[in-house]
Amino acid sequence: MNFDDTPEEAAFRAKVRAWIDANAPKHLETELRRAAFASSGVVSEDPVVASKAWQKKKAAAGYACLNWPKEYGGGGFSPIERVIWSQEEGPYASLSSLFGIGHGMCGPTVMTWASEEQKRRLLPPLVSGEEVWCQLFSEPASGSDLAGLRTRAEKAADGSGDWIINGQKIWTSGAHRSDWGLLITRTDPDLPKHKGLTMFFLSMKSPGIEIRPIKQANGDANFNEVYFTDVRIPDAQRLGAVNQGWEVSLTTLMNERLSIGSGMPTGFPELFNFCLEAEIDGRPAIEDSRVRSRLATYAVRASGLKYTGMRAITALSKGQIPGPENSIGKLVAGSTMQETAMFALELQGEAGMLTGAAAEFAGRFQAMLLRSPATRIEGGSDEILRNIIAERVLGLPGDIRVDKSVPFRDIPTRGRAD
Amino acid sequence: MNLDFSDDQKLLKDQLRRFLADRCPPATVRAVLEGPAPFDRPLYQGLAELGVLGAAVPEAYGGLGLGRLELCILAEELGRALAPVPVSSSIYLAAEFLLAAGSEAQKSAWLPKLVSAEAVGTFALAERAGRVTPKAIQCRVEGGRLRGVKVPVADGEAADLAVVAARTEPGDGAGGVSLFLVDLGSSGVKREAVDNIDPSRKQAKITFDGVAAEPLGAAGEGWEIVRKVIDRAAVLMAFEQVGGADRALEMGRDYALDRMAFGRQIGSFQGIKHMLADMYVSATLARSNAYYGAWALAAEAAELPVAAATARVSATQAFQHCAKNNIQVHGGMGFTWAFDCHLYYRRSNALALALGSLSEWEDRLVEQLRRQNAAPAAA
Repeated sequence: MNFDDTPEEAAFRAKVRAWIDANAPKHLETELRRAAFASSGVVSEDPVVASKAWQKKKAAAGYACLNWPKEYGGGGFSPIERVIWSQEEGPYASLSSLFGIGHGMCGPTVMTWASEEQKRRLLPPLVSGEEVWCQLFSEPASGSDLAGLRTRAEKAADGSGDWIINGQKIWTSGAHRSDWGLLITRTDPDLPKHKGLTMFFLSMKSPGIEIRPIKQANGDANFNEVYFTDVRIPDAQRLGAVNQGWEVSLTTLMNERLSIGSGMPTGFPELFNFCLEAEIDGRPAIEDSRVRSRLATYAVRASGLKYTGMRAITALSKGQIPGPENSIGKLVAGSTMQETAMFALELQGEAGMLTGAAAEFAGRFQAMLLRSPATRIEGGSDEILRNIIAERVLGLPGDIRVDKSVPFRDIPTRGRAD
Repeated sequence: MNLDFSDDQKLLKDQLRRFLADRCPPATVRAVLEGPAPFDRPLYQGLAELGVLGAAVPEAYGGLGLGRLELCILAEELGRALAPVPVSSSIYLAAEFLLAAGSEAQKSAWLPKLVSAEAVGTFALAERAGRVTPKAIQCRVEGGRLRGVKVPVADGEAADLAVVAARTEPGDGAGGVSLFLVDLGSSGVKREAVDNIDPSRKQAKITFDGVAAEPLGAAGEGWEIVRKVIDRAAVLMAFEQVGGADRALEMGRDYALDRMAFGRQIGSFQGIKHMLADMYVSATLARSNAYYGAWALAAEAAELPVAAATARVSATQAFQHCAKNNIQVHGGMGFTWAFDCHLYYRRSNALALALGSLSEWEDRLVEQLRRQNAAPAAA
């Protein structure tokens, strides 16, 4: 029971700290630290250019995708060394968010299912940030129910063996900036829903792809709709067997959980600092007993997540594989962030309605308030995460399914008649 | 970094779990709950024979001299089994008060008896409803004689020794509070059992009418010592709560798997699944916060006040949450005397108040975070 590094860990920490100190884009540090919620914070230059520059430098030194094998551009480091790196990278880590989907989900899927030749072609530029990936999974009618997707892949009539894609994806983060996409499609609607899916990767510059940004409820546009009209994909870009796509997708989703120890934001440190400065009746807000009660509740959630992460890292260092229990991170952090934002606004009184420069703390809590509903939905909604905990951690039975063993084309699509 | 117990400590945990499964089944808890015995004496004696009561007491005083991480493990298992024994009163509190402030003679006289279960100690603080503040301490010691009433005192009927907080200076201030050791066999001590929400752990009212009281620690430093020892005890109490929360969650999970309704296991309904998932989340956060407390306790870290309050707030929330929803999962059967759900519900609500209520600990947590924030950054 200690928070000390082993001598080897301490040596690695000292080495990466020195490297970061010598190589990080220090001219961006102030704006990175001041980042408004859900952006890298870079304003003085093109944020994509800044992200790619830092990523390229890290990759050249072996500090990008630290635990990936060296032959695919990774650093060949242990999971613990990767955690130490992420602790040391500090404010510069937000520059890597552009590559999060690619490194966290697409890369591991390619590593498991692609040919050796494809891995050597695709992975190194993914590591170095020269090529950006997106994940084309969700559809308008299949979010939580991913296996209900309807984008079709059909064999080309010309006998080339190519596949022709038609359909629509949605909520695709960064599609407009991506070079490659990981795409799951339906290849056989006569099979039950999980059995007729196939996975591909494709160039996002392929003819027939149209990308439309979605204006979100908070006014930003980070997500996209992606339309496919007769898009052609060579059969060589299939990952896994035809109709094995569900199994392939599980590799992608499993890898989400490996990104432990990074710590999802809860808004608690910001709220605490705000309560030190804000006043109620001429007294610091933090002295008010109602404020204290709320702060304590958020404090133990933030602390509980922090030490749950440390317990997971401890298990990892002993060679244990992280499991579905790590689903609690986003489940707790997402709703806590929404609550801390609402509470900060409440303490601001009517001025809590203001946003931007006129608002307290430069509108940080207002931005959190407006963004936080998405955190509770993206990457597994609160309800899906509770199902995962209930079924895969506690061992409770799955839902009784009416759609699991019938042909996909027979599953009803309308809730009620017009 | 290693936020986990050692292999030896995990072996101890397995050993204690087997011992308690054998010696403290629910029937043992119910015997104390429904009967006149102040606690289960054979069970308590058995724990003493295992040596665990003296885990944190130096060998010179009859202990094992291991450390407080072993006490954390003991606490979790006791909480899980709802053990009807006075470990919190006698070990987390009385023995810790002696270790923190006792003279050599006091430690030699009492610690060997406490760890061997030959004697039971307790801590007498509260005098009336409401938060216990220095102002609320009105028992007085004048000329070495203690006068006043303490209620509730955990294990007050069975205890041989009490650490008593009493006023030695008039007024309301913390500086007028001192600690005393009182032999409860002395003349002038009147004890009465008082009913409480968890009769598997007994409470008493003790009236002191000119009882001989021996100073424990320096005069006027009583409140300071109380805060220090309560921080330590809070971590241990948090482990009892974590153990109880885990067991309540397991009971709910097991029932949801066994019980059929509408032609299916009730655990297949999302209303039940999500409730159990939320219980798992609370219990997991509480366990992680308790490990943080355990580290601070064992390392005697400067941030113990923050860690103790964090562990305590989180564990109180988790045990109450899991125990109340365990009844909910069980439906009507959960509200019968025959099912064990109410034992956990009772214990969770009693432990939530022992050592100070949730709102007191919330207050203390924020105050300590504020101090830590104002101090130069710690490592």
